[in-house]
Amino acid sequence: MPRLCLGRHDSPQPRAQTYAGSVTTSVHSAAGLAEATSSDAALRRFLHGLPGVDQVGAEVRAAGLATRSIKTTAKAFAIDLAIRMVDLTTLEGMDTPGKVAGLCSKAMRPDPADPACPSVAAVCVYPDMVRIAKDALGASEVHVASVATAFPSGRAARDIKLADTQDAVEAGADEIDMVIDRGAFLSGRYLEVFEEIVAVREACARPDGSSAHLKVIFETGELQTYDNVRRISWLAMLAGAHFIKTSTGKVQPAATLPVTLVMLEAVRDFREATGQMVGVKPAGGIRTSKDAIKYLVMVNETAGPDWLDPDWFRFGASTLLNDLLMQRTKMRTGRYSGPDYFTLD
Amino acid sequence: MATKDKAGTVFDYAPAPESRSVVDIASSYGLFIDGEFKQPQGPGGSFKTINPATEEVLAEVSDASAEDVDLAVKAARRAYTRVWSKMSGRERGKYLYRIARIIQERSRELAVLESLDNGKPIKESRDVDIPLVAAYFFYYAGWADKLEYAGWGPDPKPLGVAGQVIPWNFPLLMLAWKIAPALACGNTVVLKPAETTPLTALLFAEICQQADLPPGVVNILTGAGETGRVLVSHDDVDKVAFTGSTEVGRQIAKAVAGSKKKVTLELGGKAANIVYDDAPIDEAVEGIVNGIFFNQGHVCCAGSRLLVQESVADEVLARLKRRMATLRVGDPLDKNTDIGAINSAEQLARIRELSDIGESEGADRWSPACDLPTNGFWFPPTIFTGVSQAHRIAREEIFGPVLSVITFRTPAEAIEKANNTPFGLSAGVWTDKGSLILWTANRLRAGVVWANTFNKFDPTSPFGGYKESGYGREGGRHGLEAYLAN
Repeated sequence: MPRLCLGRHDSPQPRAQTYAGSVTTSVHSAAGLAEATSSDAALRRFLHGLPGVDQVGAEVRAAGLATRSIKTTAKAFAIDLAIRMVDLTTLEGMDTPGKVAGLCSKAMRPDPADPACPSVAAVCVYPDMVRIAKDALGASEVHVASVATAFPSGRAARDIKLADTQDAVEAGADEIDMVIDRGAFLSGRYLEVFEEIVAVREACARPDGSSAHLKVIFETGELQTYDNVRRISWLAMLAGAHFIKTSTGKVQPAATLPVTLVMLEAVRDFREATGQMVGVKPAGGIRTSKDAIKYLVMVNETAGPDWLDPDWFRFGASTLLNDLLMQRTKMRTGRYSGPDYFTLD
Repeated sequence: MATKDKAGTVFDYAPAPESRSVVDIASSYGLFIDGEFKQPQGPGGSFKTINPATEEVLAEVSDASAEDVDLAVKAARRAYTRVWSKMSGRERGKYLYRIARIIQERSRELAVLESLDNGKPIKESRDVDIPLVAAYFFYYAGWADKLEYAGWGPDPKPLGVAGQVIPWNFPLLMLAWKIAPALACGNTVVLKPAETTPLTALLFAEICQQADLPPGVVNILTGAGETGRVLVSHDDVDKVAFTGSTEVGRQIAKAVAGSKKKVTLELGGKAANIVYDDAPIDEAVEGIVNGIFFNQGHVCCAGSRLLVQESVADEVLARLKRRMATLRVGDPLDKNTDIGAINSAEQLARIRELSDIGESEGADRWSPACDLPTNGFWFPPTIFTGVSQAHRIAREEIFGPVLSVITFRTPAEAIEKANNTPFGLSAGVWTDKGSLILWTANRLRAGVVWANTFNKFDPTSPFGGYKESGYGREGGRHGLEAYLAN
């Protein structure tokens, strides 16, 4: 059974929290949530009724969490966890079957010198490369994630986006990374964005009744404000996203710590309101182990330890993996080896 | 390290202690008078300063007597008359810049020493206290040659010798608030650090030597309350500056009444942190935590009264409790510690006493589960709900990690409750509505009002209180006035 194939309704029930009392939010009662998507006006009222995000405060909090000092055993743990959370990505016009197959070998055995090194969570490719990736990965536990819906801009007609999605699912994609229509969101057509996510989620269905997991990419670098990030997070979760994802990696800025903080607060609050867990995936711009560890600290102290699992948190990255491997080797051997000792697939 | 089972993954942060080896603590210290460390002359004797996190004795320091105070004031007077008041502002500025740079160079040493002697977490001494200390010296160094443009007269003159007494909550930062403007304006100083936290002031004395500051410009006398009393009452002291409790502030005001001395007092507080229903809630929770748990709540401007609008009170409290459960209490030198040790047994006893009174008066007490070390002085982060204006914990300064939560229904009620205190040092306002921030700030009787933030300090910003929180301003252009005759 692939790890991520739990349906949303099978997601773990909220467990006893380590803190006293659970947070119930007045605006987020279950009945209120069903109401929220009944019309464009209702959805707007709901999203604009969410508490605001103070930009300075959110950035200060993110910077504060980034000062945690993760050393020795904690660092070793974090590096292995981060490797298991990587969606190893190649999304280039110049991608070829050879390149993708190479990436798949790396995904399964990131460190050929150490069989104990865990494999990554998934490889992330364009739809036409899904079959090649699927074949290359064979029976391994590494998933194939495919971008879809006219990635990265999302500027295509709805039926083309849905066909793009179905094509990837039919080719065997375990996970679909869709992009939202940022134009519609920024012009306030929230219900349109919502309905498109619902439609793509339906297009993720397979004939056998199962479904590919849906990650919804916001392109937060284009949405720009933290208030927008909070609103789109709730919109996507209400529409049935399994994961919410920051960026395509094609727009700067891509993932940042404060944006991820706001998204982690959203999934935490969504679980409080509905009992359902949604995953978070920062993507783009995360290059070093040090960065990855900052994200893991933020997950731990914001959404909580339940999210410290590849089922619920991923890194969308290409160059991060080699730095994680280099640090892992350093932790194991006490020495730094050069970049030449790690493969460049 | 990590266990994975049904209850999720546990990410334990391994201990990450800052090394103590950067500091070199002597077994005993003399008094810094006239540029040198001297053995006390009088019958004062000595006392021990301890690490409040472990109760380990760090060093023995001298207890300055009236004779020592007299020697120090004489040295300061000589330095004032012969050297410092005659020196050009530009030259004085050079010394202050040099001191500021040395503080930056030795910042790690100062931070570790501050955390050892005070009990505050290293992340605060490293990221807040010491950088601000350097910033205050840099800022006032810049004023030294521009005093005639400060707006305090066309040719402002220094006052003479300043007697300065500072508290234990921000030992080196309070020293900087006192010494930097005094020296920039051409005064010389005799400073008494708090009894429980003398070590960074003594290291600062060494820095004055390293900077070749002329002897007598800065004198540091360690001692207890009596030393401070003698210092502020000394006939040849022209200016008294004190930061500390309102009770001692009153005694000082009485002692200097009728004399020629100029006085500034920065005293206690019981700040209201007002959270309106449209506040950015996650950031407001961070602000509440920072307002009361920063520096173990040993902050005169701490946001010790949370005034939260009834319509969001449950949600804010639930989020606050969840956040408090992630606070890490323990070894001040561990880089991941959020809350360190209470500074002294005496202070711990006072926090316990007032908290017990809060309970006996009927307020509900809550703390997250946290393991406190067995040695040293510790108090868990604590909140009281169901607090009314009549409760002692809503009126008296606890000076510890204890928050009293009070609700309100309308902005007018918030203002009424916020101002219904003998203090008036600081306040906080949380709302997404700019006009409500201004409306509220205009009505708050408090020297500092923070909007959508709390406990932020900057050398360019004046700081000081209304009512029983004291008088005079420190910091910024306003802070110069306290050290100038105009």
